[in-house]
Amino acid sequence: MSDTPVINAPVRWPSLGRYRGVVSGIIGILGLLFIWWLGGRWVANSPGMFAFSMFAPEPALSRLWDMLLSGEVWEMSIPSLYRVGLGLVFAIGIGVPVGIAIGRMVVLREVTNIPFQFLRMISPLSWMPIAVMAFATWDAAIIFLIAVAAVWPIMFATAAGLRRLDPAWLKVARNLGASPLHQLTTVILPAIATDILTGIRLALGVAWIVLVPAEYLGVTSGLGYAINDARDTLDYSRLAATVVVIGIIGFLLDYICLKAVQRLNWVRES
Amino acid sequence: MMVQLKSKPENLRAVAPSADTGTSPVAPRDEADRRYVEVSGVGHSYSRNGPTVLRSIDLKISAGEIVALIGRSGSGKSTLLHIISGLMKPSDGAVRIDGQRVEKPSPRWVMMFQAPSLYPWMTVAQNAGLGLKYAKKTEGVDARVKEVLSLVDLAEFADRNVQDLSGGQQQRAAFARSIAPEPELLLLDEPFSALDIFTRRALQNDVREIAKRLGLTVVLVTHDVNEAVQMADRAVLLSSGPGRIAGDTEINVSEADRVSQSKKFQMETTRLRTLYTEIAGLG
Ligand SMILES: Nc1ncnc2c1ncn2[C@@H]1O[C@H](COP(=O)(O)OP(=O)(O)O)[C@@H](O)[C@H]1O
Ligand SMILES: [Mg+2]
Repeated sequence: MSDTPVINAPVRWPSLGRYRGVVSGIIGILGLLFIWWLGGRWVANSPGMFAFSMFAPEPALSRLWDMLLSGEVWEMSIPSLYRVGLGLVFAIGIGVPVGIAIGRMVVLREVTNIPFQFLRMISPLSWMPIAVMAFATWDAAIIFLIAVAAVWPIMFATAAGLRRLDPAWLKVARNLGASPLHQLTTVILPAIATDILTGIRLALGVAWIVLVPAEYLGVTSGLGYAINDARDTLDYSRLAATVVVIGIIGFLLDYICLKAVQRLNWVRES
Repeated sequence: MMVQLKSKPENLRAVAPSADTGTSPVAPRDEADRRYVEVSGVGHSYSRNGPTVLRSIDLKISAGEIVALIGRSGSGKSTLLHIISGLMKPSDGAVRIDGQRVEKPSPRWVMMFQAPSLYPWMTVAQNAGLGLKYAKKTEGVDARVKEVLSLVDLAEFADRNVQDLSGGQQQRAAFARSIAPEPELLLLDEPFSALDIFTRRALQNDVREIAKRLGLTVVLVTHDVNEAVQMADRAVLLSSGPGRIAGDTEINVSEADRVSQSKKFQMETTRLRTLYTEIAGLG
């Protein structure tokens, strides 16, 4: 910007152009692996802890490779993805319409505010005993727990988006002869699409966290079950590999949401 | 900024029934013709015991006429326009357009506001085509959108995002959106007041020219006497507190005088301003 010499310039990355994100990411992953490796070394050298040395990166990653080749990774992931997916579908199906309603109607927002904030603060896992009693199958109970966890971020993000909606947009649409359905599909939903997706992204994070403990119960499939099973059979390399799978899938799902948010975002950064 | 209109589409529907539309820019002045828009006994207050915003408004407008509604801020101009458009129901009285009582908004009478309020998640063309979409038109939509966009000099911006447009271009796009469903009546609520003087002048001329060419009836709300003389065939003056019609006068300026803002134009402006000051003084 100026020719004056900069004193005490902050440490700068060399300019890597568009590869900068990739390079930073790789450095971060290597750092994480290094800390993991250090932890493994420490455990292996500690008397009384060395039984857990299979948690270290080398055994865990080579086990992960085997599990990938044998198809075991898909076998354990697909039931979990199915449960999270269905739980999210219910959460969206309830959260978006209710969010629109409380965003549009002041009275409804005032009346529901305290009950919703109260319900939101209850850990979804505390519904577990009730869910188990209320639903005939374990699968249904788990999907319910995920939906309960995921509905709040979606509902509140939708309502917040609506409150920022320019009322003139609706007036213009009405004035051009838009039916209420037209107003919903051409104005309200596109206007708050990024808010809804941001809510879904948060919800997905919560759902993915709730999933594993929820799968500790009853079911005999899924990532949570695999963790529990590996613990019971003292198969620690498999346990560590499953943890890595959970992390990678969670990361990928979040990344997909982020890309969708960016795609639908119509706000100009300037 | 381009002022000149490049294209002159032939197939735009002229709705004015009078024979002289298209040849003479001046609408018929016969009182008997003035029943295209009929505002009768309209009064309004926003709440039961609130102040009366409008009182016994009677106003008749003939087809193809451009009427400026002038009044101070708060005199109820926007309220009256919302009532005519059907966006709001009056406390008293009724509005008829072409004999039909106005109950709700319709693509036949379209209002345009001070802010363009374009939808930023759509292209210029998508914005312009919205009224057609709402009317469930499927055929000829693209052609019609193209037509109105070239009418407002935005043809080459059709596929751009509306956030790429300048303020004046956005208001042009909003105007294109308003006329795309081929309304008979346009209700303009201070549509140019947020624009700089040069952009405003260009739009005033263009909008008048397009309205005359299409035979549109226009009610233009403004507090700017200059704008009224620039654009309208007739000025209706509103006094405030409560809003009442306090003056109604023809504006006699030729098209050439309007564009050049000649001596004749200045005299007419002065005459209207004097009248307005008298009435505002009464208010
Ligand atoms: N939605 C509303 N609720 C209550 N009062 C309103 C509303 N809109 C306008 N008013 C009042 O009605 C009067 C006329 O307003 P308006 O029609 O906007 O005047 P103008 O367009 O001539 O400036 C003003 O006193 C204004 O405060
Ligand atoms: Mg106003």
